[in-house]
Amino acid sequence: MRYLPHTDADRRAMLQAIGVPSIDSLFRDVPEAVRLKQSVDLPPQQGELEVERAIAGFAARNIGTSSAPSFLGAGAYRHHVPAAVDHLIQRGEFLTSYTPYQPEVSQGTLQYLFEFQTQVALLTGMDVANASMYDGASATAEAVMMANRVTRRERAVVSGNLHPHYREVVATHARYLGFAVDFLPPDPRANEDLAARIDDKTSCVVVQNPGFFGQVRDYTKLGEACHAKGALLIVVVNEIVSLGAVKPPGEMGADIVAGEGQSLGVALGYGGPYVGLFATRDRFVRQMPGRLCGQTVDADGQRGFVLTLSTREQHIRREKATSNICTNSGLCSLAFTIHLTLLGETGFTRLAALNHAKAAELADRLEKGAGVKVVNDSFFNEFTVSLNGKSAAEVAEKLAAKRILGGVPVSRLYPGRPELADLLLVAATETNTGEDMTALAAALKEAVR
Amino acid sequence: MSNPHGTITGNRGLQLEEKLIFEQGVEGRCGVDLPDPPKVKSRMGGVERRGPIGLPGLSEPQAIRHYTRLSQKNFAIDAGMYPLGSCTMKHNPRLNEKAVRMPGLGDLHPMQPVSTVQGALALIDTLAHWLKTLTGMPAVAMSPAAGAQGELCGVMAIKAAHEAKGDHARKVILVPESAHGTNPATAAACGYAVEAIPANERGRVDLDAFKKELGPHVAGIMITNPNTCGLFENDIVEIGKAVHAAGGYFYCDGANFNAIVGRVRPGDLGIDCMHINLHKTFSTPHGGGGPGSGPVVLSAALAPYAPLPFVVHGPNGFRLVEEAKGEGAKTFGRLKAFHGQMGMFVRALAYMMSHGSDGMRQASEDAVLNANYVQARLGEVMTAPFPGPCMHEALFDDRFLNGSGVSTLDIAKALIDEGFHPMTMYFPLVVHGALLIEPTESETKETLDQFIAVMRGLAERAKKGDADFFHHAPRLTPRRRLDETLAARKPVLRWRPAPTERQAAE
Repeated sequence: MRYLPHTDADRRAMLQAIGVPSIDSLFRDVPEAVRLKQSVDLPPQQGELEVERAIAGFAARNIGTSSAPSFLGAGAYRHHVPAAVDHLIQRGEFLTSYTPYQPEVSQGTLQYLFEFQTQVALLTGMDVANASMYDGASATAEAVMMANRVTRRERAVVSGNLHPHYREVVATHARYLGFAVDFLPPDPRANEDLAARIDDKTSCVVVQNPGFFGQVRDYTKLGEACHAKGALLIVVVNEIVSLGAVKPPGEMGADIVAGEGQSLGVALGYGGPYVGLFATRDRFVRQMPGRLCGQTVDADGQRGFVLTLSTREQHIRREKATSNICTNSGLCSLAFTIHLTLLGETGFTRLAALNHAKAAELADRLEKGAGVKVVNDSFFNEFTVSLNGKSAAEVAEKLAAKRILGGVPVSRLYPGRPELADLLLVAATETNTGEDMTALAAALKEAVR
Repeated sequence: MSNPHGTITGNRGLQLEEKLIFEQGVEGRCGVDLPDPPKVKSRMGGVERRGPIGLPGLSEPQAIRHYTRLSQKNFAIDAGMYPLGSCTMKHNPRLNEKAVRMPGLGDLHPMQPVSTVQGALALIDTLAHWLKTLTGMPAVAMSPAAGAQGELCGVMAIKAAHEAKGDHARKVILVPESAHGTNPATAAACGYAVEAIPANERGRVDLDAFKKELGPHVAGIMITNPNTCGLFENDIVEIGKAVHAAGGYFYCDGANFNAIVGRVRPGDLGIDCMHINLHKTFSTPHGGGGPGSGPVVLSAALAPYAPLPFVVHGPNGFRLVEEAKGEGAKTFGRLKAFHGQMGMFVRALAYMMSHGSDGMRQASEDAVLNANYVQARLGEVMTAPFPGPCMHEALFDDRFLNGSGVSTLDIAKALIDEGFHPMTMYFPLVVHGALLIEPTESETKETLDQFIAVMRGLAERAKKGDADFFHHAPRLTPRRRLDETLAARKPVLRWRPAPTERQAAE
């Protein structure tokens, strides 16, 4: 087996040095009745060529977004990732290192985490960000739990424009920790009145911007309403590229920003691993979940970086920790930070403008050319279209049969709600060409006829 | 600027000093070429960004050099032996990296129609089959993002099962003091109180004392097996029977499953659930701290409560159950967006198929052999707290350093100068000054012999009273010991422009 270095002679010599006759003697603490006498019933070892062929066989049964016009969003977005990103994250010194608990031999990881934290703080307009979370959904749930700790209250208000998966994750944690959540109904036109739901028991209000259905809103007044009642405003951003064009949550008075960073550097990869973003105000730092990297000096007085404030974390605080989280999304945060470094201010704002322009063009072409109606009064790079009463799920299947990944039916995420059944989420990014849009408009026109 | 190397640059040969990107950026530089956006009327509802973000501008070659230099400040499995106990730093095959990037896998969107992702669902189902077969368990929840989220999944399923029976009286989860910190943190995150399981002088659960802790108030137990001392819990079957007799469930922390793959099926031990760290046992890369992946195998009693979504076989191929009805009617809910860490599933399956049933059994045996070899060869100069063979990791305490003025931490830092990553230190908490060494199956006998020679040399030097040497280690690293107290007392968690520069600009 190519990964295992020992020869039989090595094994014999080592058993002799240990002073036991066979490997079985090293497993003597395993009760006799549960020792497997032979290998389990699975195929035997295979060479690299055979395994590669087998995995390629799985891949061949899928339609990838790079081989078909794709307009899928709903919390995961296809962007062009510069070749340098994937090259750099595969350097073994990044790929095969552990959590930087030994800072003397981990300055590479620690410095990029410090830069990542700074970039996330700048994008969101917040004071401080952590070293990443699992994904946007779990970051959102952690944000709600943090708001409960900060305010010592146990009632959250969640917008009908928050991604349904994120809502479900919040609901799961609420059930187990016993806090209350006021979930507003799905709100495709963003008409909900969140301020009216806030009272002096509210710990936080959770909104998403751009919303799940695509609308862009200024939540400054909502933030003021929250603060007047002692509640926190949590803003979720799951298309991080939007922050190159849209007013950042920090300028709206957000207290916590939870986000999904997949759009920068991270492959779509059928949904994971992605990279959760988490930012807040300086005064709440000690209530934050997740790893934090901080600056310090070494014994020679040189600048260096370490993981810090770990007295919040499970390996020190155990059952009193701010979260049970152990890992971050290290390698995905590296991909994120490299992509954003390559873009810089110029590239990132241009990328955002390009995305908005593509989406605006697509919205026009679908309304004029496909006879569908754009529901939104505002959007960044994703919007909702209404299919004249046709089932969006069926339309998506018809498009897929023509090898067009035309959009995400809202009913997939909000099943059992007839009023949402004809809504399709459509996203456009810099990767979509004019030909893609022509193909979608034509196919959609036929499907909704 | 003065520097410890006496060079003009502060560089030290191939070790290059590297400023932050924010200290290098120049306005107008950019590492990507994008077309001019067509002029369109904004449809962002008047909520546009007004001011600059403050991101630095670097060209592509600058960015590549930056991250290359940073990478050279990291230790890695690719560079040398990384004997971190409990973390399982084994070889990360590059085939797995190639596999995950294949078109048709790396470019799949999670919300594509299931008719267009039958291969992806088949891959998840195949990996699930391998995990169920290796553990001897009937079901597996694939979606948890990491081991700690897998723990949440298991304990949430336990609570859901009790509640489904109308039993709301069980408020306690029993956890040994030697457990990973995630275990008590998880129990607390599910609304449980945590009580300790007593240990015996052999580093294992004290069966008789444990039975006295059980009762109608106990929802379940969380036990790591092999445990965090690197020992197999030889009363594990009786422990499982006792907790079931008391009406509780058995959560097994599978962090150390790599010691027994192909030799023992946890399902035969009477467990109800166990998370599997794909980044440990099945070698998905640790990536500097993540991402992980933590599928949870479930007994028949807990399987109905599995989180959404999951893959099922349908008449026209595979389906995804994404809502709380039908097969998902009893689900406890959802833990993350979409379907799980697919990128890790591909890598883990490639790893498992490469090893095969025979290779995985051999890998476990070699891991155990290597740890016992280290334990045996270091036993004369270091002190082991518990007698007998270990499993995949060798545990020592700091009695061998008594009176030397040298601590476990000092030994670890001196090891860095010798070109090895330190072992896990001060964990498990039940052993004083613990040094937990996990060589893994990836190391050759020659590397182990060199490591052993270094450890013997350091132990002897410490015993001779050369404490000063140790207190100043490491000397040869990109940075020497860092002031962690300063970092925590005055947290600097992001870069900001230096005030002097800003004032000068104004």
